[in-house]
Amino acid sequence: MSDRASDIRASPATGDDGGGEVRYLSQSDLEVPTHQIVAPDGSYDEEAIPDLEEEELLDLYRWMVTDRVFSRRMVNIQRRGELGTFGSTRGQEASIIGSAFTLSPEDWLYVGRAWTPMFMRGASMEDMILFWRGIEEGQEAFAKVNAQIAISIGSHLPLVSGIAWGMRLDDADAIATAYLGDGATSTGAAHEGINLASSVGLPALFYCQNNQYAISMPYEKQSGANTIAQKALAYGIDAIRVDGQDVLAVYDAVSSARERVLDGEPVFVESVTYRLDAHTTSDDPTRYRSDEEVDHWESHDPIERYREFLKSEGLWSEIDHDAVVEEIEAEFDEALAAANAMEERAVSEMFEYLYDELPPELARQLAEFEELLERRPEMYDFIEQRPKG
Amino acid sequence: MQATIVEAVNDALHGEMERDDRVVVFGEDVAESGGVFRATDDLLEEFGSERVVDTPLSEIAIVGGAAGMAMYGYRPVAEIQFSGFLPPAFDQLVTNASRIRWRTRGELNAPMVVRMPYGAGVRALEHHSESLEGAYGHIPGLQVVVPSTPADTKGLLTAAIRDPDPVLFMEPKRIYRSIREEVPEGDHEVPIGEAAVRREGEDLTVVAWGAMMPPTLEAVDEGGVDADVIDLRTVSPMDTETIVESVKKTGRCVVVHEGPRTLGVGSEIVARINDEALMYLESPVERVTGFDTPVPLLSMEDFYFPHPPRILDGIEAALAE
Ligand SMILES: Cc1ncc(C[n+]2csc(CCOP(=O)(O)OP(=O)(O)O)c2C)c(N)n1
Ligand SMILES: [Mg+2]
Repeated sequence: MSDRASDIRASPATGDDGGGEVRYLSQSDLEVPTHQIVAPDGSYDEEAIPDLEEEELLDLYRWMVTDRVFSRRMVNIQRRGELGTFGSTRGQEASIIGSAFTLSPEDWLYVGRAWTPMFMRGASMEDMILFWRGIEEGQEAFAKVNAQIAISIGSHLPLVSGIAWGMRLDDADAIATAYLGDGATSTGAAHEGINLASSVGLPALFYCQNNQYAISMPYEKQSGANTIAQKALAYGIDAIRVDGQDVLAVYDAVSSARERVLDGEPVFVESVTYRLDAHTTSDDPTRYRSDEEVDHWESHDPIERYREFLKSEGLWSEIDHDAVVEEIEAEFDEALAAANAMEERAVSEMFEYLYDELPPELARQLAEFEELLERRPEMYDFIEQRPKG
Repeated sequence: MQATIVEAVNDALHGEMERDDRVVVFGEDVAESGGVFRATDDLLEEFGSERVVDTPLSEIAIVGGAAGMAMYGYRPVAEIQFSGFLPPAFDQLVTNASRIRWRTRGELNAPMVVRMPYGAGVRALEHHSESLEGAYGHIPGLQVVVPSTPADTKGLLTAAIRDPDPVLFMEPKRIYRSIREEVPEGDHEVPIGEAAVRREGEDLTVVAWGAMMPPTLEAVDEGGVDADVIDLRTVSPMDTETIVESVKKTGRCVVVHEGPRTLGVGSEIVARINDEALMYLESPVERVTGFDTPVPLLSMEDFYFPHPPRILDGIEAALAE
């Protein structure tokens, strides 16, 4: 038996001295530091800057701007009726980019609110537009870069632990990462997934973007835990809490975490950030939060803060911001045109991917339906939306 | 008063909260924001934060918590934001809620309601469009109610809240706001377990419920079919008698449902007709249903659920032989 086992299982021979008092383990005794490199006023300690090449520092900026422009354009086309719905990531750019920047293409990634990491892995904006148009090819494209988007909140954590389990069996030089929201930490699946990773010792990274809200529910009502990071301790894994508006701190925290995870020690990271836009395009945030609060977080804009840093480093002159934006806009225009040009798919696709081989009853349902569509073209009067770009 | 289905939900909740202070409403985003479909609008303002509560994002806690609160003597009405998120709580329905009375020999019971919008056709994301009343109806001890009109919504939800046993109340969200009709003011109860006959006819029987009622009625009316149209309203316990009596009269039957065909509620209806009216049948019972696939993402979802031409096709097949 290992030392850990015998220590844990030993009967407490002598209780330590509480002077006869019953003593509680309490979160108020916990000190949970929040990792930060660039302060909101733009000041920083030169020594603390992560070891990144100049080009990488500039890439962080470009990706953050990509994230912002992408969200803006998606919200706009949604308003024109060109998407089903969309969840903007505005305000969370440092949290999203600083973390995803640490991942390697061999790592697997299951995201909640984070779309640009897909682009960083090689999926295209077109794929993401297709996804939000409800076209399965989007998901197919994400799968090709070992990534998926979880819609059922928290459901993906056990999956990510299972992927990590496979990686451990393979001795793979890679990790599995779950992005999750503050709301997701309340689900049973999240707890069970994290505990599995801890129990078996899996290369899984849990990256929680605490953007303060789960739709209308503010974090302080979501849980009595003062921080989300502290929850990790209950599973026996280490956690980092990081300022999610500071892209360098996020990068630093998550790259450190990733190293540990590679050694089979799961890590939980809480990134403290804020969703500046509505939950999705169908949400009205004025019903549950004040303008003052939003204004406060607007003044903690992660892109602005990083811009100040780049200026201090003398790197700002290397960036032509307008040209960066223009390039991203052009990429989006192209992606949108490509998505719009997508040919209509056959209804057989609804059936075809469910099993390796179509079972007889399903083949019968498909044939009957195809025949009906041909025989009764009036069916199309009821089909308002067609499965195309 | 004139109301839509979603307004009727709100009205029933208001009425029951007023009548019985043991009624407590909770779920994700139900209080502060009044629910993502506004079904619980204004309840917080009227009844306060002890009785109208935003819960953590945990379907297990919502359904299991409702069961516990109900055992203790309250009348929880829990909301699951979309029916696609009930599956995590399936365990609580099967393991706890549905069998509390049975396993305590009636010493305890669980007067609880789980409400949830279900069904496809609102352009939502994956897992927001299922119609799994067949799966839930398969759980012994759980009543499954699916209204299709504003008046029934009020009446059945009221009955569900007053019922001493658990009710899963599935709200047809595609028609949440598309029908506005007269809804009785004040106390209005429609009994659980009784189907309604929406059209009377001689040539065949059509059985449907929930969001399938409008396209079914359209098919029957536009097709000039002389049919009994039965709105099942409660999937479990099923009103076998109304179906069987109608089939004995017409000799033909079509069942329409949105959920998958295999092991769907339609299968059970066919079986009951076989049990009690087989010799009256002049043709096989037709089923017009969703396919045995997940509901496709929104770009293809319109192909998934039955529309009037498909329903009429099933009707013509049943009439042909
Ligand atoms: C299991 C489940 N329940 C409910 C929902 C509906 N829903 C979608 S997003 C959301 C809030 C998620 O909050 P959080 O985890 O903090 O992520 P965020 O949206 O803030 O990024 C809810 C309740 C869902 N998708 N999945
Ligand atoms: Mg959140």
